Amino acid sequence: MGQHAVSNALRIRDEIEPGSNAAGYDALARHNEDGSHSLSVLVRGVHCAACIQKIEGTLKRLPEVRAARLNFSTGRLTVEWSGAADSADAYVRAVEALGYEVHPFDAKDEESAVKSEERFLLLCLGVAGFAAGNIMLLSVGVWASTAETMGMATRDFLHWVSALIALPTILFSGRVFFRSALRALSAGHTNMDVPISLALMLAGGMSLFEVLNHGEHVYFDSAVMLIFFLLIGRYLDFRARKNARNAASDLLGSLSGFALVVEGGKIRRMPVRDVKEGMMVRVAAGEKFSVDGVVAEGASMVDTSLVTGETVPREITPGADVYAGTLNLDAPVTLRVEKAAEDSLLAEIIRLMEQAGQGHARYVRLADRAARLYTPVVHLFALGAFLGWWLIGGLVWQDSLMIAITVLIITCPCALGLAVPVVQVLATGRLMKRGVIVKSGDALERLSGIDMALLDKTGTLTLGRPALDGSYEEAHLQLVASLAAHSTHPLSRAMVRSYNGGMLEIADIKEHPGKGLEGRYKGKTIRLGSRAWCGDKKAASSDKMELWLQIGKGKPIAFYFTDYLREDSARTIENLKQAGITPWMVSGDREEVVEKTAQNCGIDEFYAAQTPPQKFEILESLRAQGHTVLMVGDGLNDAPVLAGADVSMAPGSAIDLAQNAADIIFMGDQLAPVFETYNTARRTQMLVKQNFALAIAYNIIAIPMALAGLVTPLVAALAMSGSSLLVIANSFRLRWRG
Amino acid sequence: MSVLIYLIPIALLLGLIGLAAFIWSLKSGQYEDLDGAAQRILMEDDDRAPPP
Repeated sequence: MGQHAVSNALRIRDEIEPGSNAAGYDALARHNEDGSHSLSVLVRGVHCAACIQKIEGTLKRLPEVRAARLNFSTGRLTVEWSGAADSADAYVRAVEALGYEVHPFDAKDEESAVKSEERFLLLCLGVAGFAAGNIMLLSVGVWASTAETMGMATRDFLHWVSALIALPTILFSGRVFFRSALRALSAGHTNMDVPISLALMLAGGMSLFEVLNHGEHVYFDSAVMLIFFLLIGRYLDFRARKNARNAASDLLGSLSGFALVVEGGKIRRMPVRDVKEGMMVRVAAGEKFSVDGVVAEGASMVDTSLVTGETVPREITPGADVYAGTLNLDAPVTLRVEKAAEDSLLAEIIRLMEQAGQGHARYVRLADRAARLYTPVVHLFALGAFLGWWLIGGLVWQDSLMIAITVLIITCPCALGLAVPVVQVLATGRLMKRGVIVKSGDALERLSGIDMALLDKTGTLTLGRPALDGSYEEAHLQLVASLAAHSTHPLSRAMVRSYNGGMLEIADIKEHPGKGLEGRYKGKTIRLGSRAWCGDKKAASSDKMELWLQIGKGKPIAFYFTDYLREDSARTIENLKQAGITPWMVSGDREEVVEKTAQNCGIDEFYAAQTPPQKFEILESLRAQGHTVLMVGDGLNDAPVLAGADVSMAPGSAIDLAQNAADIIFMGDQLAPVFETYNTARRTQMLVKQNFALAIAYNIIAIPMALAGLVTPLVAALAMSGSSLLVIANSFRLRWRG
Repeated sequence: MSVLIYLIPIALLLGLIGLAAFIWSLKSGQYEDLDGAAQRILMEDDDRAPPP
């Protein structure tokens, strides 16, 4: 399946630019200590096990290659070889020859930091799991008997073994919480990890004291179980966030390609980041412009939809401005570079996104807000218990301290820690089945609180691809589709999609760059292309995209295209309005088109011809007014707003960058998932609040018991797991309803 | 109860073997590409080159 698509893509590319274009990769090869080299590249088009095997197998058979490993999840291929750095290009060519796209990318230090953090979490989790299992094994024996039936010596022995396992585990795996708590405290506030850390340390310390004194209040099992459960939640949360982090490195990738620089009549490939202002850059048809510049030579059409959101390809002639990130459709052109890659519009979008992403981090999750209230209360209770029993109750200070510590252990937020993640995992799983992918854990929480929705036009409210508009003669459709099948132009593709019958055999097909296609059928010359080339120049102009067909010397026939609305756009907007959310439309497209679309789907307020920074300003001003904003968009021009909005969604057809910037991705040709996800988010949030209520109710019962000194290790273990089960059971109600 | 002297160390040892295996698998990067691992089980033996 994947293989077919790949070979097709390869064929198309070869027509555009014959031969391989792998060059300059030797500059990216890393030099290892033992004289060998390694190279990391991004491979696109890997779909299945056969792809992995083909790529790795081919490389491993080359003489100098020591290792080749393809990471399926990230698409990153690492090759290590014993020879000189020059071989890099040959390896890239070998992979390209198999039919895969290869892109350079910069390995960042940040990435390895994320990787080592994941390893650290997993290691802590593994150790805690080992400890929890073994200590439970011993504790069950202690609970099942009394000091009389078991004998003091045996019980002390079991306690000592538990201590031997638990204390190193608390010190090792507890670091996850200790570090976070220290960070929070040194920044002058508290989080959930502060009471957790305190409880862990006190439980460990007190239990050790009890073991030394042959006591029975040993809480090693509770402490280690707590670490284990909380770490599971941490790890799941971390994995969800890691996807979002990948966005940053992909952004850099889009700036780190190669450009063909013309110097003294020769064409040289150089990394985009080395291209300077004033250089001449050649861009082949079908390639992306990698820098901002002015056309110096050649004429073509550009697809600017990714950057400006405009659906109709723009014509460029010498003197016209071109932006990085747009796609050259028809003919090769030469640009004079106006701004180097790091100053280009694309780079500005990326900077806006980074800035916006930092704003995103300002959001305080419900769980953390709860922790801010919870922590002082619990600590006051513990202090009160200590002072109360010691000064008023007349106990010795050791016994008072033990009661205070029991209060801390039993109120340790096990249920509180599960209250949010369990519901979110269930909700995310449910949405996944309906084709909605939720990337960050707290996205649903943020979605449930929105009061404004900003929607992009092209690709969001509309399908984002032109489709044939109007009715035409069957014979003409067949002829046009047969000819259009030989071109990759968006309108040609739309033509092919709209015709389902058999194709005709057309001879002598030629593509005239910037004009159209020409071929011969039944002795007549057929032309398909622009109005200026083969159309009726006198025909009334229309605001729709058009393609003209001329058979022989006959009268030209026009075909019109529009970008259709998604069939349920209007209904979804209506639903949002009824739920009290104000929808606005922001688009880079022309005023007339935007206005018409807004009317068709019932949006009262819209902004047309917005540049990416302008879109971002709209968002900023809305947020400054205190609105909570959902952004739905699919293009590069939406990316900063997607990253900066309180919560953001992108359709599955969106470009990678937008998908990475968005919190939620929905599949399919419908817009309804936006509203469905909002509904699910509301219900999720309701269950989360119920869970918090349950956790608080548990504490209302548990704290007095602890204050009264009635809690034993068995009671603590039962109460903790009991409340956790109750919270989990409540979360499962999400499945039963609706 | 003296049997505990043997059994508890044995139980701990078995647990430690499991933990050691986990740490080894973690250090050798087996958790870095979970999707890839799911695909790789479908592959033929690595060492033999696929027919050209």
